[in-house]
Amino acid sequence: MIEIEHLHKKFGSNQVLKGIDLEIEKGGIFAVLGPNGSGKTTLIKSILGMVIPDSGIIKLDGKKVKGQWKYRNEINYLPQIANFPGNLKVKELINMIKDLRSGTNAEDQHLIELFRLQPFLDKKLSNLSGGTKQKVNLVLTFMFDSPLIILDEPTTGLDPISHLRLKDLILTEKAKGKTILITSHIMSFVEEMADEIVFLLEGKIYFKGSINELKTKTQQPDFEHAIANILTTSDA
Amino acid sequence: MLKILKYSFFDLMRSRWSYVYFLFYLLLGVVLLFLNNDLSKAVITLMNVIIILVPLIGTIFGVMYYYNSREFTELLLAQPVKRSSIFLGQYLGVSFSLAMSLVIGLGIPFIFYGIFNSSAIWDFSLLLITGAFLTFIFTALAFVIALANENKIKGFGYAILLWLFMAVIYDGLFLMSLMYFENYPLDKFSLIATMLNPVDLSRVLILLKLDISALLGYTGAVFQKFFGTNFGLIISLAMLILWVLIPTGIIYRMAKTKDF
Repeated sequence: MIEIEHLHKKFGSNQVLKGIDLEIEKGGIFAVLGPNGSGKTTLIKSILGMVIPDSGIIKLDGKKVKGQWKYRNEINYLPQIANFPGNLKVKELINMIKDLRSGTNAEDQHLIELFRLQPFLDKKLSNLSGGTKQKVNLVLTFMFDSPLIILDEPTTGLDPISHLRLKDLILTEKAKGKTILITSHIMSFVEEMADEIVFLLEGKIYFKGSINELKTKTQQPDFEHAIANILTTSDA
Repeated sequence: MLKILKYSFFDLMRSRWSYVYFLFYLLLGVVLLFLNNDLSKAVITLMNVIIILVPLIGTIFGVMYYYNSREFTELLLAQPVKRSSIFLGQYLGVSFSLAMSLVIGLGIPFIFYGIFNSSAIWDFSLLLITGAFLTFIFTALAFVIALANENKIKGFGYAILLWLFMAVIYDGLFLMSLMYFENYPLDKFSLIATMLNPVDLSRVLILLKLDISALLGYTGAVFQKFFGTNFGLIISLAMLILWVLIPTGIIYRMAKTKDF
């Protein structure tokens, strides 16, 4: 599904990605983990073409993404921080995104009901709370039927019920055979959802494999300690 | 690109500032006509206002819009939209809405005053055309500045400096160099120097069309000989178009490599 070779990116003097080689197969949930500033978001944004890599190749279904834009029709992306134009109403925003992706069918009604967003449809985005914005963000992401879904910190600001609904939503999409890429700092969430883990450390891939493999590698009984183990040993 | 243009345009049309800008020109037109009671004179006064104000509003509005619509831009970047069409669409949206406020705001009072039955119709049209050109030029320059500067305060600073340079400082330097080199033939130099600043170019273009080139004094004769002809008019318009196209090209190139 996604092939990345020798990906490098520097912001000023800060070398964020130092040669990432990664292959993500079709189908399943992949969690991209790593400490703050390890390059998770930069990696994701490079796949989307929002960040232009200094060198390296990113291929999606065998096609290079550099300079292309139509491939984004195949991706649903949930940004980390829900930054929306404040003077639009929720309804207008949803319709705008639908209009921009004309040609694909949008399933928004069902999602609006799922996240109980009906009372907010006529409100301006600048007047919404952080959690509600995140729900709008989720609706925008999941309303299209694309083979690749990228979620950057999807659980931020969600209440427990919405959190549960989000998990169900992700599992339904997985059941349809989609590829889902998630970054998160909530380890219980990752442990529950992810089939495979990609661990980034200082701009390089430190580990790729299943949670069980990680536990054996670090010789820790549970996932959270395994991650903590990586972080402490790497610092030493 | 048309979709982005449409959304940017309607977004701006709903904002308070477009109305303020529109009402300002409407009021300006009405007051000038009321005070002058003469179309030609009103056009001259208007020129002085437009030459200074349009670039200022274009730069400030362009920079402000770019920084304010960052969220919108980031949202669009994740959608299947071409990068360059996002920025060009936004740029055209801002320029069109500003140019429309100018043309309609000034047009209405002059139409009611009877501009269509007057000989000043061509002067007035030229004024509106150069006004629209200046809007497009300075909004494009503002976008270039904003794209190059992540920092809002810096961006605003450079934008103001650009306007100050084009509208005020350039003229000062120009005049000083004319004084300093007065013993040399300066016709070619002054022609080229005028061409290189869209504000000066617009001013000279309108002044000569209004047949008040005597006001230009020193180099007035040379200018009349050049700009007064059809050839001069075409060259000047071509220069104005170049002034739009070059910054637009830079926006296009910068948009391709910027990170978000």
